[in-house]
Amino acid sequence: MEAVSLNPTPIIQIKGLGLAFEQDGRRTEVLRGLDLDIAAGEFVAIVGASGVGKSTLLRVLMGLATPTSGTVATAPDPQAERPMAMVFQDARLLPWRRVLANVMFGLEKTALPKEARIARAQEALKLVGLAELAGRWPHQLSGGQRQRVALARALAVRPAILLMDEPFSALDVVTREALQDELVRIRAETGRTILFVTHDIDEAVYMADRVVALGGRPGVMRSARAIDVARPRRRGSIALSEIAQDVRLDITAEHRDPDFSI
Amino acid sequence: MRLRPTLYAATGLLLFLAFWEAAPRLGLVQSSLLPPPSELPKAFLREFRSGLWAKYVALSLNHYVLGFIVGAGLGTLLGVFSGMSLKLEWSLAWVVRMLRPIPNLAWAPFAIIWFGVDQANAIFIISIGVFWIAFFAAHGAIRSVDRDLVEVADAFGFRSAPERLVKVLLPAATPGILIGLRTALGQAWMAVVAAELSGVSGLGSRMMQASSLLATDIVVVYMLTMAALYGIMDAGFMFAQERLLKWKP
Repeated sequence: MEAVSLNPTPIIQIKGLGLAFEQDGRRTEVLRGLDLDIAAGEFVAIVGASGVGKSTLLRVLMGLATPTSGTVATAPDPQAERPMAMVFQDARLLPWRRVLANVMFGLEKTALPKEARIARAQEALKLVGLAELAGRWPHQLSGGQRQRVALARALAVRPAILLMDEPFSALDVVTREALQDELVRIRAETGRTILFVTHDIDEAVYMADRVVALGGRPGVMRSARAIDVARPRRRGSIALSEIAQDVRLDITAEHRDPDFSI
Repeated sequence: MRLRPTLYAATGLLLFLAFWEAAPRLGLVQSSLLPPPSELPKAFLREFRSGLWAKYVALSLNHYVLGFIVGAGLGTLLGVFSGMSLKLEWSLAWVVRMLRPIPNLAWAPFAIIWFGVDQANAIFIISIGVFWIAFFAAHGAIRSVDRDLVEVADAFGFRSAPERLVKVLLPAATPGILIGLRTALGQAWMAVVAAELSGVSGLGSRMMQASSLLATDIVVVYMLTMAALYGIMDAGFMFAQERLLKWKP
């Protein structure tokens, strides 16, 4: 459990990360001075209100947005084939590809022969429990199934870090909780490093090894709490609820935000 | 229940034919001005036996197919590129605005000067008519591709323009491009007649010839020929489209 903090070389090192963009001559700062190290195999959840820069952070890591300041250093992971892969909030499957072909999408960037890509995609589908739906079209799937396919698509490319941007927030409670347990299981099976963004504090505390709270505008880090609760965890247990309450206070603690001081 | 629309359609057509048949027979119009449908099979057989029908249909089909391929091909190509590149779109904006409103028949004098009274003349005029439809459809279809899907391509490393085009833009834009091509398929037939009025041999020229001899039954035979050819092509197109868009719900 404590391997997290003992690991000397983090797989990803974020230093002083900030991002601002200019629109109609007005400068909007989204993120400011974020420092975060993530160890190999660690499950880190990032929580905060909408507009606090959670998704922006993932977009920067994925190379979809350029930071205005700070650095992101990634250590090469010999077990991974790509540095990162992303699961989006709204699955974003390609509607003209069947489920299997959707999972193969990222593999088409690799030199793998077709048979190997198919095998890899089937393996990823099996991991998310959808092997028998390989021939379906995306529009034939439920919201939860779609999100599982998106997860398989990201896992198939064997990323060093799996980035997840509120992947379960659009799902109903039952499906969401099932997928949370599924993700915890997959993580235990594959040992992937996961950076999971959510606005649901209970979800973060239930799944993650560490919960990073962002708050304010621009978003700054309010706290990073290790969740030292043994697994399997019980949803809504007193230990988890107390941590969740602390995180809630971290997020709303205005005195820590220099922008709020008058 | 599924039969009902067909039933209505058939009734509508029969009523139309009955009215058409009755009008000249009751003396409402002269039968030389409007030949009744019952006289058409005779006219068709005459035209068919002389070999003229097959000859003109073959000529027109040639114009139609080549004009469609050239016009739709170039239009789609340019539409896709201008949909992908904002700079190209800006560069073309005023040129498009200038050329777009010119009816394709207005190009007829140039078609004659450039190509003479030749097949290429008709193909040129048809392709202009088709070009704009295909161009705007392809441009719009590419522009309206869900940006989120393009971001997925980015996230999985497909970041060059050709990769984006093949992996996301083209498959996502296919339904929109096909709508344009289907419209163009009909538009091209109208262009065929117009193009052949300038003297290039085909259905259009034969219809002009027949009408100057007041052989209105022959004119109608070719009108119906075109309708039939269009119907066959449209059905073929729909068949191909359904196969291409199997993924659509």
